[in-house]
Amino acid sequence: MTTVTTDPSAKQYRPENGRLLDVEELHVEFHTQEGVARALNGVNIYLDQGETLAILGESGSGKSVTAQTVMGILDIPPAKITGGAIRYCGQDLLQMGEEQRREIRGPEISMIFQDALSALNPVFPVGWQIAEMFRVHRGLNKSDALDQAVHLMERVQIPGARDRVKAYPHQFSGGMRQRIMIAMAIALDPAVLIADEPTTALDVTVQAQIMGLLKELQEERQMGLILITHDLGVVADVADRISVMYAGRIVEKAAVHDIYANPAHPYTEGLLASIPRLDRKGQELYAIGGLPPNLTRMPPGCPFHPRCGRARDICSSDDPDLLEVVPGRLSACHFSEEVLNG
Amino acid sequence: MAEVVLEARDIVKHYPIKTGVLRRTTGWVKAVDGVSFDLHKGETLGIVGESGCGKSTLGRMLMRLEEPTSGSLQFDGVDMYAQSTSDMRRLRRDIQIVFQDPYTSLNPRKTVGDIVGEPFDIHPDVVPKQGRRQRVQELLDLVGLNPEHINRYPHQFSGGQRQRIGIARGIALNPKVLICDEPVSALDVSVQAQVVNLMEKLQDELGLAYVFIAHDLSVVRHISDRVGVMYLGKLAELGEEDEVYTRPTHPYTQALLSAVPVPDPVLRGKREQIVLEGDVPSPANPPTGCRFHTRCWKAQDRCTTEEPGLTMRGDGVAEHLSACHFAEARAVVETTDMSDHSG
Repeated sequence: MTTVTTDPSAKQYRPENGRLLDVEELHVEFHTQEGVARALNGVNIYLDQGETLAILGESGSGKSVTAQTVMGILDIPPAKITGGAIRYCGQDLLQMGEEQRREIRGPEISMIFQDALSALNPVFPVGWQIAEMFRVHRGLNKSDALDQAVHLMERVQIPGARDRVKAYPHQFSGGMRQRIMIAMAIALDPAVLIADEPTTALDVTVQAQIMGLLKELQEERQMGLILITHDLGVVADVADRISVMYAGRIVEKAAVHDIYANPAHPYTEGLLASIPRLDRKGQELYAIGGLPPNLTRMPPGCPFHPRCGRARDICSSDDPDLLEVVPGRLSACHFSEEVLNG
Repeated sequence: MAEVVLEARDIVKHYPIKTGVLRRTTGWVKAVDGVSFDLHKGETLGIVGESGCGKSTLGRMLMRLEEPTSGSLQFDGVDMYAQSTSDMRRLRRDIQIVFQDPYTSLNPRKTVGDIVGEPFDIHPDVVPKQGRRQRVQELLDLVGLNPEHINRYPHQFSGGQRQRIGIARGIALNPKVLICDEPVSALDVSVQAQVVNLMEKLQDELGLAYVFIAHDLSVVRHISDRVGVMYLGKLAELGEEDEVYTRPTHPYTQALLSAVPVPDPVLRGKREQIVLEGDVPSPANPPTGCRFHTRCWKAQDRCTTEEPGLTMRGDGVAEHLSACHFAEARAVVETTDMSDHSG
């Protein structure tokens, strides 16, 4: 089980019918001074080969916790996984030992972060950091690993890669650092790439370059991509399917075209209406009133009801399940049909 | 058009680069390198640009938080850059600023009442001492906060609420001009809309002029009457919001607008995207001639030697200010029909 393989084609994990990842009923809690914060309350997602799933949500919605739990980099404690399963090619990651997880983290599931400057080690050259992937996981010697690193830096279009392999992270611009992190993430040819707000810290012209690169790499390698973001514009550009998160749960799931054309949950509806648009000069913006709930003191019933314009009596007592509204579309709202029909 | 309240002419800010033990100046970072514009009463002038283009330095220069290297800034017929420190203080009553980060721009050891009321300590004649508490409560009410929360501390508020506190402080002295430096970029989408709406409401009620500095082109379009696009310390283009967004003439504006993702999957793959090569050059050593020529697909020999001025350019029908030798309107943003997207 723990032998280091040097042949990248000899993959131990094979997806069945293209299904890479199945996250079932995931529950995560954080033990804080204020009490127990229920960060994830039964999250279900799946991911197939070559597709892009966007997890959309605002701060505190649980989107990054979901990513960190799948990746196995959640800080435990204060966090605690209280239930659920994360199946990768049929095997539950939560039942695996740390040794086995390590064989998956990197070669099978890999991740890029928002802030490349703090995700990269400032005291080692970037080439060394990329090469480390090959030394640790593939057992390559120093010079072969460095050669591979140069190839990857060229692949992610870093100009003068061979000359810059010995440069340190601070010597690169933000966009170039994000390319280096992408190079590290794809080094071992993972089947799943999780991108947590990959372009949030970047300027819009650089964002376009990085999203273009990610798309290209995904097609080239048939990776499954999970894009964690709050940016409805980026999602519209790249995602196949969307899961919208609010207060630690998924409130709506649909294919990208359906959700933008016709949301089925009042929160999604509100979000779409509240963004200013580049392509039109609007009147007053629709604003969702109030604030997201404190995860340690969740309101009874639907967590969105205090901010919801459609809320009725039942919403403050019964928590709606995520149910199918029309085929292929799920929404956690007592009145999702009404929302869907305008 | 309404009267001009703020008139910036060729304002410049160069920061020295000091190296060695003797801290000798070996070069200059040209953060803002000759910017001119007028701000009219009650209007919103949006300033967009990417990081490092000098937009925040420009914002700080507009209330002389940064000493200018050169240039003039007229406010109500007075040259702000020629005033003494004490005269400047009096002038600042009319020009206030709201900062980006609601977490670091409010003193954590002061109550909301102290923070919003602090401008009255500096300008005691605005509100008599016994009336201050009431005035602060009125201000809190005006920005949509509970006036009873006057004794709370910043950490007891969310990000959006803190930004409201910053705005209340900004408007406390009834300024004529409010400089807003990325006022909503730290906020979540749903909260951002609340703050943008508040700023529009306050503008209508108080007749404020805004200089709205942001990197988010969609927010800037929404709130602005006119928009200036900055690149490497200079304005590349300046015009009515509609002109700049639907008929941009500067290649940089075109590239910038084409790169913004539009939240509509129907447009995926249909929009023409101009992807710029490389990174923005260093403002310590900007390119000769037109600053954008190193990344411009239209660049010719003339662009490397002759710097284009910000002048009226366009097709003769609808012209606006643009700093490109080969200015030519090009639509890069598909305008969709509002009626398709109700709700």
